[in-house]
Amino acid sequence: MTMTKKKTIFTAAVLAVLLAVCIVVDMLLPSYHIAVVVIKKATVYSLVAVSMNLLNGFTGLFSLGQAGFMLLGAYAYAVLTIPVDKRAGVYQYFNGGALKFSVPEIFAGFLGDRVGTTVGMLLALLVGGILAALMAYLIGLPVLRLKSDYLAIATLGFAEILRAFFQWNALGPITNGSNLLKSYPAFSHATPYVVLAGLMIAVILLLINSTYGRAFKAIRDDEVAAEAMGINLAHHKRMAFIISSFFAGIGGGMLAMYMGAIAAAPFKSALTYEILLIVVIGGIGSITGSILASFLYIFFSEWLLRGLDAGKFLGINAPAIFKNGFRMVVLSVIIMVIVLFFRKGIMGDKELPDLLDRRPKQRKKEAAGK
Amino acid sequence: MSKNVLKVENATMQFGGVVAVDNLNLEINEGEIVALIGPNGAGKTTAFNVVTGVYQPTNGAVWFNGEKIIENHPQGKMKKLYKGQHDGEYTGVLAPTPDKITKLGMARTFQNIRLWKSQTVFNNVLIAKHCRTTSNVFSATFRMNRKEEAAQRAHVEELLKIVGLYDVKDELATSLPYGKQRRLEIARALAAEPQLLLLDEPAAGMNPQETDELTAFIGEIRDKFNLTVFLIEHHMNLVMGISDRIYVLDFGKLIAEGTPAEIQNNQRVIDAYLGVADDA
Amino acid sequence: MQQILPYIINGISVGGQYALIAIGYTLVYGILRLINFAHGDVFMVAGLVMVYATTAMPFYVALPLVLIATVILGFTIERLAYKPLRTAPRMSVMISAIGVSYLIQNLAFYITGGVPQPVTRPIPWISENVTILGASTKRVTLITPILTILLVIALVYLINHTKIGMAMRAAAKDFETAQLMGIKINAVISMTFVIGSFLAAVGSMLYFTNYPSVAITSGGMPGLKAFVAAVFGGIGSIPGAVVGAFIIGLCEEIIKGLGYTTFSDAFTFALLIVVLCVKPTGLFGEKVTDKV
Repeated sequence: MTMTKKKTIFTAAVLAVLLAVCIVVDMLLPSYHIAVVVIKKATVYSLVAVSMNLLNGFTGLFSLGQAGFMLLGAYAYAVLTIPVDKRAGVYQYFNGGALKFSVPEIFAGFLGDRVGTTVGMLLALLVGGILAALMAYLIGLPVLRLKSDYLAIATLGFAEILRAFFQWNALGPITNGSNLLKSYPAFSHATPYVVLAGLMIAVILLLINSTYGRAFKAIRDDEVAAEAMGINLAHHKRMAFIISSFFAGIGGGMLAMYMGAIAAAPFKSALTYEILLIVVIGGIGSITGSILASFLYIFFSEWLLRGLDAGKFLGINAPAIFKNGFRMVVLSVIIMVIVLFFRKGIMGDKELPDLLDRRPKQRKKEAAGK
Repeated sequence: MSKNVLKVENATMQFGGVVAVDNLNLEINEGEIVALIGPNGAGKTTAFNVVTGVYQPTNGAVWFNGEKIIENHPQGKMKKLYKGQHDGEYTGVLAPTPDKITKLGMARTFQNIRLWKSQTVFNNVLIAKHCRTTSNVFSATFRMNRKEEAAQRAHVEELLKIVGLYDVKDELATSLPYGKQRRLEIARALAAEPQLLLLDEPAAGMNPQETDELTAFIGEIRDKFNLTVFLIEHHMNLVMGISDRIYVLDFGKLIAEGTPAEIQNNQRVIDAYLGVADDA
Repeated sequence: MQQILPYIINGISVGGQYALIAIGYTLVYGILRLINFAHGDVFMVAGLVMVYATTAMPFYVALPLVLIATVILGFTIERLAYKPLRTAPRMSVMISAIGVSYLIQNLAFYITGGVPQPVTRPIPWISENVTILGASTKRVTLITPILTILLVIALVYLINHTKIGMAMRAAAKDFETAQLMGIKINAVISMTFVIGSFLAAVGSMLYFTNYPSVAITSGGMPGLKAFVAAVFGGIGSIPGAVVGAFIIGLCEEIIKGLGYTTFSDAFTFALLIVVLCVKPTGLFGEKVTDKV
């Protein structure tokens, strides 16, 4: 009993400290500072990685459609929130677009500027999530009957189809064809991102530890046994797929917010691969791992290894080697090492509170290692 | 005359040209322990898989508590290939997935243990209670089902005490010794609140002492949970010790049925197990 | 008809190029049950090597060099990234393949600086323009399907009539038993990657003769489409992959001809999803049943 209590206090303390750090960073640093940027991007990636982990790690469905669902969320957010007076400029090739309203502005009308805009932005995010969930509902039925690698390739293909649709000129009045969507509102500070993604991840955690989450894990461990024990495979797989897509949609909306301008082009399979690899680094089946890996990955790629691209790293000046792209080469080599030799990733299937119940033997080993 | 729980009617299971189960008929009454025996490859597990909905029979029907739950007739490619009898007798198609059959009140164990490897002993049993959950995903996620969850956990603890696994409830299921894993599979099946328990070689790999314990245990749980038990087994001590009736399969065909004493003296059964001397 | 004809000719040619890539997927899948996500990138690297080699040295040195370099790349990928995971779950190997793809693309970005590399010296003769039935096209368009068919015939002969081919068939049928029967499984797998990479290199040389430049993302799409072709034809089946590739190549070019270029990619994937749902084993695939 005391152990459970200890764990709860430990987890709460860690989370409180992280939130406090984030608020302090926001107060001290301008919003364009690299630290703020890293926190924002890493939080968005955390949410998407956790949503992918729910499907690939906890339910054992190897899906590669994440980029497609993020695309839906991102577009829903951008399309619904671009201010009315900016629409003529954004949709310059499509007569100002088909939509003549902006959700945040509608709410700003009767809730006041600050509150109304925020409510409108959150609502747009939610719409993105719901759209992604609806799409998952539609394609889930045929696609989820497929076995592991066929499922992977079918979901990957689905994401590509979706991308083609969003670039189609006939849908231009809404999607702006292959042109950028921009000028939509976004949170400038890091704290709103952290709070929002944190809440979403908390919901996913609650789900995973509920009776439904346990059923998902049973499907992952042994599908035949799960079905024999009364778990409806089609129903539960679809449920996991829809929920995961919902959060990927919201994550996509937040990514749009972070990027400031979006087009369909970046939502390629490469984005899905990137997130999958983050999940693997963190540990398939660990929420803490996915979050940790997202932060490490973004911190490394956006900040720490910047010098590898800019000619100077750790005081070594070698522009011939440290040129554009070297940082990603280094990162992908690190990823390959993890994939090949540390298959469990950083956390394995452990979570933050589990760090407390290390056995004395392991603790000793660690002390020796240091 | 007690109530009929399970009735298998003219069930044939054919894979391409191979007839694994050939026109099987059997009945199990409430409270009985019935064994299905036969040499390796006789089609016993296939019969189980047909009853539990893993395979759809090529022809025939299965009744549970007087209600027809499975029915099929040769269709498509099987129409030409079909080698069984009673072709044309069945017209409807009833093909529920295994989970639906479990919900009706049947639960099984597996010949080659299939526990959920990453889960603890406790969770393995708790997950089996999922099919009896009434809360939806929303109320379960936001913990509006606390009462139900608590009741389920209490029931799981009780079950674990009955099967004698309570003191290892927080261990990983796969860390248990073989015999205990088999018991855990039975506990898991019981958690699904079945009326009919199907055991696929529960004593496989057990030593004589463990087998004796298991024999007593099966009798105990039958009485405690008012179960009907249908089991496949090779250990004749166990089969003869607890079965009320026995069915014998050979090459997919039913060759005998009766009480243990009748089966022990049945010439066809002896031939099937020992082989027939070649007269020709 | 006159307007659509060039698209049909193009379609057959593109189909041939897809076929050469698709064989690599289908051979590897047949034996390892692995979607080699890095195969498309191997194809792209072959294109890059061709661009660099042909500008630096004469063709009779450059072209064999492309083949050798690609084969070495395919062989190395298998040894470094897949062999250590032989006993790991399938998902780990698939993740490793995705990791390799990611690594190759980043490496290519670093080397090229992210700029598409122009094909400055296309292979002579086959890149010359010819007129056929009133439609003007490059000679490579006509050569591709012929060369593809010849290579496929050679490959089918290799698989059906040589010792290594027999070993490959045995490994595809039952990996573990083949190993127990004394087949050197690692040699067979390496051979599979060598053949797959070789064909991808040939496909790449033909493909990029028709295009002005090689970009780091050039491999992704043809790679995925060739994979779809392999699935469409029934993965594990060589004739299936070839037929599938020609059908996809043709359909895609006809869709372009009708003015729906945006959807030529989407079509391929829609076809994939339909095939997987209606007949997951593809046109020529074998049915496998799971045992409980």
